[in-house]
Amino acid sequence: MRELTDKPLLVEIKPGRKWLNFDLGELWTYRELIYFLTWREIKIRYKQTAIGVFWAILQPVLTTVIFTAIFSSFARFGSTPIPYEMFALSGLLIWLYVNTAVSNASASLIVNTQLVTKVYIPRLILPLAMILSGLADLLIGLLVLSLVLPFYPVHIGWQALLAPIFVIEAVFLALSVGILSSALNVRFRDVKHALPFFLQVWMFMSPVFYPVEMLPDKWRWMFSFNPLYGLLQGFRASILGGPFHWRAIAMSLFVTFCLLVFSLFIFKKMEEDFADII
Amino acid sequence: MVPITVENLSKLYYLGLAKKHNSLRDLLSSFASSIGTSSKKKELWALNDISFQVNEGDTLGIIGKNGAGKSTLLKIFSRITKPTKGKAFIRGRVGSLLEVGTGFHNELSGRENIYMSGAIMGMKHREIDRKFDEIVAFAEVENFLDTAVKHYSSGMFMRLAFSVAAHLEPEILIVDEVLAVGDITFQRKCLNKMHDISDHGRTVLFVSHNMQSVASLCTRAIWLDKGNIREDGPAPDVVGSYLNAEANLGNERVWSDHDSPGDEIIKLRKIRVFSDEQQTEASFDIRRSISLEMAYEVLTPGKIFSPAFHLYNDEGICLFATNDVTQQWRTRPREKGIYTSRVEIPANLLAEGRFYVTAAAFSPLNHETYFLERDTIAFSVYDPLEGDSARGDFAGVMIGAVRPLLNWETDYRQER
Repeated sequence: MRELTDKPLLVEIKPGRKWLNFDLGELWTYRELIYFLTWREIKIRYKQTAIGVFWAILQPVLTTVIFTAIFSSFARFGSTPIPYEMFALSGLLIWLYVNTAVSNASASLIVNTQLVTKVYIPRLILPLAMILSGLADLLIGLLVLSLVLPFYPVHIGWQALLAPIFVIEAVFLALSVGILSSALNVRFRDVKHALPFFLQVWMFMSPVFYPVEMLPDKWRWMFSFNPLYGLLQGFRASILGGPFHWRAIAMSLFVTFCLLVFSLFIFKKMEEDFADII
Repeated sequence: MVPITVENLSKLYYLGLAKKHNSLRDLLSSFASSIGTSSKKKELWALNDISFQVNEGDTLGIIGKNGAGKSTLLKIFSRITKPTKGKAFIRGRVGSLLEVGTGFHNELSGRENIYMSGAIMGMKHREIDRKFDEIVAFAEVENFLDTAVKHYSSGMFMRLAFSVAAHLEPEILIVDEVLAVGDITFQRKCLNKMHDISDHGRTVLFVSHNMQSVASLCTRAIWLDKGNIREDGPAPDVVGSYLNAEANLGNERVWSDHDSPGDEIIKLRKIRVFSDEQQTEASFDIRRSISLEMAYEVLTPGKIFSPAFHLYNDEGICLFATNDVTQQWRTRPREKGIYTSRVEIPANLLAEGRFYVTAAAFSPLNHETYFLERDTIAFSVYDPLEGDSARGDFAGVMIGAVRPLLNWETDYRQER
């Protein structure tokens, strides 16, 4: 009790006029809450589903099996030296993470209305906790991947050390899209309906289950604006072996960064009205 | 150090903002139709240029009708929404009991929820560790700590939620109608906690529609009316004038020649209520005597009559009627002129609440009534809960139309 009264913090409350003030320092002071909310999400998710953790494995594995069954018999992506199962599984793990994290983050403000209208916490924490809690599934998936990988003739070398970079990029990418859609979702309720469609289109426009080499050259330039292209390319190159497309990776990192800054900006702009319009 | 300073604070809402562009489709269509026409939104100033300071140890009551700006003010203090203009300086942590149980999740156990909601209110993990046992004991949920709160009774849930909030030990505590929950013992605990907080030099902001509790718990009150401060002063006074304005009744009423009640014999001129200090008041400490006074003019001499008061409570029950039975005027025909009669209601007789005064003049001998005016003035009585009223240490709801402080005696004989 004393330690609190010794140095009471003076807070000035005034109309928000500062542009590009992301208050990232404030997030740090709330780090325990970020941890708690993330942990709460993980706990509730695994508590409420009957098969719990198993679900995290089932979804990517089953999808991989289906894709493999379909694409290895109908369409042949014979040009890749990597086994298709591993190609699909690695892509799906990242994609399912981005997809789930973005969907959950998008709803985070609406679902936790009380935390927006009844108390003050930096609102960014809510989508952030969703993005972080999704990592639990991804880590379980990656564990499965690392267990089955030795059974395939892929060369794992020093490149594997680069894999975390792409996982982290996926987190930031999901964060950018997640916070943007969460803010829009407060304002425009039809975002909820538009988002699944957008995510589906995004998946088909990304080399999640097909190699980009399959497409005609004249279309490939479109991929360079899709941050998932460089991300997936780099991720696969690091865990399955193969050449890195450094230009695509750099572009992907750059686009992700720009998207993050843009989303933070929009979120902060819209945040002031959240409590009044939610 | 002043914990709260408010400078020219204003908050503007655009009515219909939330509904106007509820979907992207609406936005697009309204954007298309707004080209060429300037959009007119209806403005509402929920707070209009208000300034005040709250001092350490103050328990400030904020009263006013719904929509007067009370909740907007609290939302600004707890940083949920930002002001449109002006500034507020808040020194220290703000604990909000605006909605206890915020961040509680049904699937989590009591223990987990304590940590969760503590973190939401800005408590550090160590701090919660330190207060954990206290929180649990206060909430009386020791045996259910590892049970998911969805299995709790609503009482247990409320107690736990309130307990976490109460142990935050903020420099500024916002209490909003929480006293309406829980059983009487728990309410007592909550009141003690509030006293505790203000005794430690912290500031309590109390919002309630229960004027009795504002008058008894707060040292000061602010009456908000349409975003403006209508009155700021000692809580009982502000509550009194608020209630009188609500009921359209004052604590004093003066009649002019043409509208005064009465006939060609007697006319009522003025009526007021006051306590020891002779100053007209609207709200009285239950431990003080209250005087009712009426002035009337006798126009026709020679009549024998008695001035009288009837006192009604909020439920319309007449508590008593009283008339002047002193020998001085009982049998004496009145001369022309202006008379002022007063009667003193003893301290510790009335219950807490609102009282409405009927004034009359009648002849006890021939049952003739010269005037009988209902609801002339009104006043309220509050109990500061200091233990020396008829309540003693009881803080719950006390029944009874009156609340006299009576003498008790107890004899004791040891069982053989």
